Amino acid sequence: MAAIAAQGLERAFGKLKAVQGIDLAIEEGEIYGFLGPNGAGKTTTVRMLTTLLLPTGGSATVAGHDVVAAARAVRASIGVALQEAALDPLMTGRELIRLQATLQGIPGAEGRHRADSLLERVDLAAAADRRVGTYSGGMQRRLDLAAALVHEPPVLFLDEPTTGLDPISRRTIWDEVRGLNDTGTTVFLTTQYLEEADRLADRVAIIDSGRIVAEGTPESLKAEIGNPHIALQLADGSVAEAEEVCRAVGPLLPPVDGRTVLVEVAHGAADIPRVVRALDEAGIAVESLELVQPTLDDVFVATTGHHLLEDEDEDGRGQADR
Amino acid sequence: MSRLTANARVIRALGMRSVRQTFRRPQLIAPIIVFPTLLLAIQTGGAGASIALPGFPEVQGFLQFMLAGAMMQAMMLAGNSGGIALAVDIEMGFTDRLFTAPIPRFAIVLGRLAGTAVLGCFAAIWFLAIGLIFGAEIESGAAGALLAIALIAAAAMAVGGIGAAIALRTGRASVVQGLFPLVLVILFVSSAFFPQELMIEPAKTIAAYNPLSFVAEGIREPIIAGIDATTTLAAVAAILAIVALGLALSAGALRHRLRVG
Repeated sequence: MAAIAAQGLERAFGKLKAVQGIDLAIEEGEIYGFLGPNGAGKTTTVRMLTTLLLPTGGSATVAGHDVVAAARAVRASIGVALQEAALDPLMTGRELIRLQATLQGIPGAEGRHRADSLLERVDLAAAADRRVGTYSGGMQRRLDLAAALVHEPPVLFLDEPTTGLDPISRRTIWDEVRGLNDTGTTVFLTTQYLEEADRLADRVAIIDSGRIVAEGTPESLKAEIGNPHIALQLADGSVAEAEEVCRAVGPLLPPVDGRTVLVEVAHGAADIPRVVRALDEAGIAVESLELVQPTLDDVFVATTGHHLLEDEDEDGRGQADR
Repeated sequence: MSRLTANARVIRALGMRSVRQTFRRPQLIAPIIVFPTLLLAIQTGGAGASIALPGFPEVQGFLQFMLAGAMMQAMMLAGNSGGIALAVDIEMGFTDRLFTAPIPRFAIVLGRLAGTAVLGCFAAIWFLAIGLIFGAEIESGAAGALLAIALIAAAAMAVGGIGAAIALRTGRASVVQGLFPLVLVILFVSSAFFPQELMIEPAKTIAAYNPLSFVAEGIREPIIAGIDATTTLAAVAAILAIVALGLALSAGALRHRLRVG
């Protein structure tokens, strides 16, 4: 049984079709990355799958329950951490987790026990009795994640869980997500970080203008785009000679500056010794060498015609789907 | 645990959160306690001589008469504050947390209203205490005080239902906050602050049909005279009418929120 399935899922707001016939088949235990730019339909899809929004067409099931006809059963099977951490700044962390336990029907003593152990697990035990409004962004995200886990749901929806976090907090969340997945939890993850999708997701779907335009493992998607390339930075600026040498290894890619040569290689890292030997024999000094794999952004460009990262900020974040 | 017990636990938990939220946010508690207390002090000090007017009900003093008005004002503003707090929850996404929980959606509204009822109780006790401290008597004793508290709590829930419906429909705290003057206008064209018999037209006629007048009289009667079954039943009927309106509007607003997201 698929943990999440959708057939022709649609959502229109008046004349605007935000989601236009999405099909999904996500197996139990998968981490499924949902990648797309601002307004692509990621959050609208999550809101339909989590029963926050009624679809206007198609159908979907989560944990085997229909999102419209059996919405309450769906809600009992999912944990949700939405885009902006939905936290009350006036509550303490402990109060919030205990409230979440009550909402999930967990009896009092058991709820208190789970709250304490979850706060410990996300490293918030020391701050548990402080008001959430005093927490940092990373602490709020960890608390939100802990709240989503209080009833040990088989399916977890994370809508841009690391947006706005510093790299250390981001990695902490990634580790937690991986740990959850190791215990069999299915994770539906929307993200605007290419690196996040690449590192975390077993499979990635790229959504643009309400439609899934590509789907597969990050490796298979990138493999469809083409071969990796070697980027050579030359110590003495002998670009013309280096290009002549590299042409024998593989096709050259358009240069990015006057000191770098880019050469496509068919066998990835296995081609590096060949390139280094040829350059050494020609007496060309290399300052640095890097094997560059195709990125999911390359996949995005190939499938949509535009970059995901056109509005990238300093953190490597592309446009957000609000 | 039966579903009924589980729902009751959820409503209690959400009600407790609502009360805590109000006491932790000064802008929510001020309208319920501070403003009506100030108005009570000003009116009692400035208009105390009005009890000598022909047709004014027989009372021990103006404070005794005004206690019901202050409680009504606190009750109305508690309902309004509950609506504001719910709208704030919607704005910051907290209601999404509640909507993705396996609980009936009416429990979310009832939890908020339970909190509003507790605040109504608190306000009623506060004003009864002020009255007793400053020499006002409660003619029907403890039973009358309990009746007044119960009616205020129920009325706060009823008015809160309308506030909740507006919050759910609009999702904007500023809209609910904008109703603050309207709440006072509706209250002033009732018999909460002044005897209906002494009003001039058209306020007199409006007050005669204003459900809040029935609630105000139901609260005032045990304080200034004694428990009267007819007046009490009229107050209960008025509260039930407001409850029905609030629940119908809230149910429609909940459906609307699910449709538009």
